Amino acid sequence: MSTTTKEISVGDIGARGAEANTKLDGDKMALNVGPSHPTTHGVLRLIMELNGDLIEKCEPVLGYLHRGDEKIAENMTYNQFVPYTDRLDYLAPLSNNVAYALTVEKLANLEVPPRCQAIRVLVCEMARISSHLLGMGVFGMDAGAWTPFMYTFTEREKLYTLFEELTGARFTTSYTRIGGVARDIPEGWLGRVEKFVDQLPKAIAEVEKLLTRNRIFLDRTEGIGEISKEDALAYGLTGPNLRATGIDLDLRKDKPYSGYEQYDFDVPIGTKGDCYDRYLVRIEEVLQSIRIIKQVIKDFPTGAWYAEDAKKIFAPPKEKILSSMEELIQNFMIVTEGPQIPAGEVYFEAENPKGALGFYVVSKGGGVPYRMKIRAPSFCNLSILEKLAPGHFLSDITVILGSLDFVMGECDR
Amino acid sequence: MIDEDFTKSLLDKHSYLTQRESIDWFTVECPGSELVSFVKAMRDDEGFELLIDLTAIDHGEGAECRFSTVIHLYSLVHRGYVRIHSLCLDNDKPSMPSVSDVYPAANWHERETFDMFGIHFSDHPNLKRILMWDEYPHFPLRKEFPLAGIDTPLPAADVVEVTKASVEPAPMMGGPFVSSNSGPISDSEPRAKDESWTERKEKPL
Repeated sequence: MSTTTKEISVGDIGARGAEANTKLDGDKMALNVGPSHPTTHGVLRLIMELNGDLIEKCEPVLGYLHRGDEKIAENMTYNQFVPYTDRLDYLAPLSNNVAYALTVEKLANLEVPPRCQAIRVLVCEMARISSHLLGMGVFGMDAGAWTPFMYTFTEREKLYTLFEELTGARFTTSYTRIGGVARDIPEGWLGRVEKFVDQLPKAIAEVEKLLTRNRIFLDRTEGIGEISKEDALAYGLTGPNLRATGIDLDLRKDKPYSGYEQYDFDVPIGTKGDCYDRYLVRIEEVLQSIRIIKQVIKDFPTGAWYAEDAKKIFAPPKEKILSSMEELIQNFMIVTEGPQIPAGEVYFEAENPKGALGFYVVSKGGGVPYRMKIRAPSFCNLSILEKLAPGHFLSDITVILGSLDFVMGECDR
Repeated sequence: MIDEDFTKSLLDKHSYLTQRESIDWFTVECPGSELVSFVKAMRDDEGFELLIDLTAIDHGEGAECRFSTVIHLYSLVHRGYVRIHSLCLDNDKPSMPSVSDVYPAANWHERETFDMFGIHFSDHPNLKRILMWDEYPHFPLRKEFPLAGIDTPLPAADVVEVTKASVEPAPMMGGPFVSSNSGPISDSEPRAKDESWTERKEKPL
């Protein structure tokens, strides 16, 4: 048996890669991500057109978590809808409750007492911290850093213990009522909240040590997913995603509600609007929320924790229902017919962790809304994805999605 | 803040507008034919850079103009909202010009409004359903659509062949319970709002 040898020349590897690349050009691949995929943070589906590793087209497909909340709202009383608002942005149910209650109160021209307002501000800021802690942790995880997630989750767990003590539930709190809150704060609870916020900056500093100057994290987020000011406005972005582009829009400052004007805090804004800026804005927002919480606790108002004069809207406390005829009737009417809200239309937005959560309520009088539209920040924030994703590599999409920090429960409603 | 000088000059500049009474924000009614040019003027001349929300209202089957769209614009200059109502003149084939050329944010809002109400937005770049699946035949937020839902075939023929599955309405037993505050006293007992069918009552055809 004879063998022949042949010389093979292996040229420059880079040149071969370039040659292969030109050969591949034009051969596009359709890639489907989700609806069940860890990077989509819920049930978002993306249909992408790839040229090699480069995204040329990205079409988000929504609706996998659509429950018809707006239809349900038209078929129940205002009070019955409170638990449904938990399930919009389920990472910050407390602030959804507050936004909804404030909308209906605005329509009913009802002002809640200072103590109730302070409780609401307090829980809103705690919800913001909880949502941002998760957002930051998961964002780190999307960029390949597992450890920070453990730190943020530990802190969030402490918050959930506080929520549980206040509302009786860890996740779906349903705490706010129209005209008040479900119950007054428990004895000694404020002290425990203060203890929590006192130790939180240390934990945030540890997360920052792990991420903020991390070379890998910087390489993966800096300059990725840059949104210009014009684009952010055109696509209706709100919340940290809008502020990261450098636009100073915070409804807590612009249109203060629930007594936010009494508290001193800064609104962090970014400069470039890339994934890294969005991360930095969230970190700073947590620190600002701590500032607000400390001010609320320091000067916590006493007095009523619900609107006592709103006899047709807020159900009286249980012990009064059981002992007094008038309160019994009042409670019966509110439970069966719903709170009596005058006819009219109202639009109210609150600055939620994810952006501006708006409720547009059309009432024809009585206890049931005629039409309720929920303006979900995640829905609007996601709509920019079609414009944002093309031109990035496939591996960047996880980072972009993580930095937009959306929740599908709110997006699909 | 949006003050009276501003609203007055706005009404003078655009004579087709009519002001509506509102308890919160300045509200105008704008005919559909002028809507695109009006929102363009609002964005370019008046500083309303953000389209916050776009939705529709179904005024019920008996109404003269059954559908109307509602737009909320926000201005970073004025730090306030303006609400724009527009009536859809045709009740059977409601339509409205699309403002997604002016505000790309309207793109998804209009798709959702089309999905839920069946309002056709002319000149929309990609008007298809967004929350329901593409083949879904109904418009769920119309008032005649029952809360329980309507029997609907599944679009995937191969799945249906194996599983015989379809989309079935959910009976509304167990709530939500609401009592009506008008009519005879026998009606005022709390009951599930949509009782078109229950276990005891046959499903209407």
